Amino acid sequence: MAEFLQLVFSGLTVGAVYALVALGFTLVYNASDVINFAQGDFVMIGGMGTVFLMAAGLALPVAAFIAILAAVLVGLLLHRLAIEPARGASPVSLIMITIGASIFIKGVAQLVFDKQFHSLPAFSGTAPIAVGGATILPQSFWVIGGMLVLVLGLWLFLERTLIGKAVLATAANRLAARLVGINVTVVLALAFGLSAAIGAIGGILVTPITLTRYDVGTLFALKGFAAAMVGGMGNPIGAVVGGLLIGLMEAFGAGYLSSTYKDAVAFVAILVVLLVMPQGLFGRRSVERV
Amino acid sequence: MPHTAARRALRAAAVIGSFTITSALTIGPSSAADPIKIGSVLSATGPASFLGDPEQKTLKLFVEALNKKGGLMGRPVELVLYDDGGDANKARTFATRLIEDDKVVAMVGGTTTGTTMAMIPVFEDAKIPFISLAGAIEIVEPVRAFVFKTPHTDKTACQKIFEDMKSRGITKVGMISGTDGFGKSMRAQCMKVIGDYGITALVDESYGPTDADMTPQLNKIKNTAGLQAVLNPGFGQGPAIVTRNYAQLGIKLPLYQSHGVASKSFIELAGPAAEGVRLPAPALLIAEKLAADDPQKPVVTEYKKSYETATGQPVSTFGGYGYDGIQLLVGAIERAKSVEPQKIRDAIESTKGHVGTTGLYTMSPTDHLGLGTESFRMLEIKGGDWVPAEVK
Repeated sequence: MAEFLQLVFSGLTVGAVYALVALGFTLVYNASDVINFAQGDFVMIGGMGTVFLMAAGLALPVAAFIAILAAVLVGLLLHRLAIEPARGASPVSLIMITIGASIFIKGVAQLVFDKQFHSLPAFSGTAPIAVGGATILPQSFWVIGGMLVLVLGLWLFLERTLIGKAVLATAANRLAARLVGINVTVVLALAFGLSAAIGAIGGILVTPITLTRYDVGTLFALKGFAAAMVGGMGNPIGAVVGGLLIGLMEAFGAGYLSSTYKDAVAFVAILVVLLVMPQGLFGRRSVERV
Repeated sequence: MPHTAARRALRAAAVIGSFTITSALTIGPSSAADPIKIGSVLSATGPASFLGDPEQKTLKLFVEALNKKGGLMGRPVELVLYDDGGDANKARTFATRLIEDDKVVAMVGGTTTGTTMAMIPVFEDAKIPFISLAGAIEIVEPVRAFVFKTPHTDKTACQKIFEDMKSRGITKVGMISGTDGFGKSMRAQCMKVIGDYGITALVDESYGPTDADMTPQLNKIKNTAGLQAVLNPGFGQGPAIVTRNYAQLGIKLPLYQSHGVASKSFIELAGPAAEGVRLPAPALLIAEKLAADDPQKPVVTEYKKSYETATGQPVSTFGGYGYDGIQLLVGAIERAKSVEPQKIRDAIESTKGHVGTTGLYTMSPTDHLGLGTESFRMLEIKGGDWVPAEVK
């Protein structure tokens, strides 16, 4: 039982990060049908930015806030300089642009920061908390709690505010959205900025546990993408469920089967989902209305 | 035809002329002798630059200092340096150039195992001694007549760790290894020698080089009955996360890390969880903490001081490999009293008790590395710093 619980804690902590990255995917996908593979790099900017601002003498909250702003700025620039000029290109071309942007961001990060691994101090101590024979770090609660707050906030934003509805409307039909007076460009920029902020917050929350480096974004992007696919691309609740599922499957796979195939779990999950239920667990069925 | 021949002769004359002028300028009128040419192909840029850059700086510094002291056998030493950027193809091209165009008498270089393995056939064919600075044991096993190396191997590190375990009465261990090149290679080497020490591995777990959480694997280790210690061969951030998760799960068994994380950044990343962790490390990292009568103390302190004052950067073991390589070569040339490659080779092979930054070298026809387990010091992390681990 203790072993099972330990694997659950491990899976939930890691899964919460995947869920945050998947949320970022969801938001941008909802607004623009683009899958933004630079999403993982926002996680890196959040973590690395905070590390270096703290090293420059700033307090953790201040450093974290500035790092989030920096990530938002990068997100907006990505939209303005890379996505917006290619407006009208096919989604596949846009996805390739985001992969290029991701490589570019990593390159710049190597120069602006460095190539070493870095860590942040845990927000509320490092003494593990014992629960039923297993242990969990206080920082894990920050990660899981932060994820829940963000997903709830995002859900409220999309479903309960006019701007959120505008985002959804833009995703549904860009031309129609424009005809009813929605400024599509602003909505898209908003989606990129928000997803960057979510990624950066995730990065700041997990860095005390997972450490960070200029190139950690790639793996987060891949796992987060798997999570978004499993949950159903475009659904915030699906992103969270997908992220936690992938995290748990990885932990159980490594704990009960073999740690050799841990990374394969996420990718096997994508394949299974694509074969069995291409719309994901919570995805909208793509029905063409005539 | 006669026209081009004349032109070629002219050009050659010009080249020779300019060469004499420059050498006269740099060396001064006192030494008219030909320089002794030593070749070096290093990965000073590219992905392995963290190894190659300190090696290049060290070789340059050493040769500069040597020439200031009057050179070697009254002749100046010229270091012919090429940068392969970590590319094995380029390394091979440069190796050929060193032999055919530059006519070097010996070579100290080969930053990575890949570049070294690519250059070995070139030097073996030309019968020119080649002292490699790369890690893998395959470079000197099987022994090749003209190939030597200075860095200790993973096998030596494994032996050191198992020696320490044996002295503490540990016979049953758990392994958790990274699946990166370093972790894989060291795990394989450890598994080869583990039986020699009467130790058995009850569990053998692994983790990916970019994994962020190793609690599932460590949980398995925690639930394995009868374990007395855990060994973690790995490089990069993995061992730091293993160490943190180890403390999180409250595992009380001694934890051994490898020389792959023998750097200050490991202590910083692992934080308080690193307390009590043991690992083998070269003497260079704890230069100030070595006992006053330690045979390596003068060598490592001198190298550390001269490198750090000249470059303003902290010393690394990689530069130390270069320092040992060029010292072994210079010592061999002095003993051979000749710059004939065959005689230099014989002299390197007969090196006895040479004190280097990495360890004490004693070469033989069957051992072209010549380092024993005493080249590693067992360290323990206490109070956020290294201390020599007492053997109980």
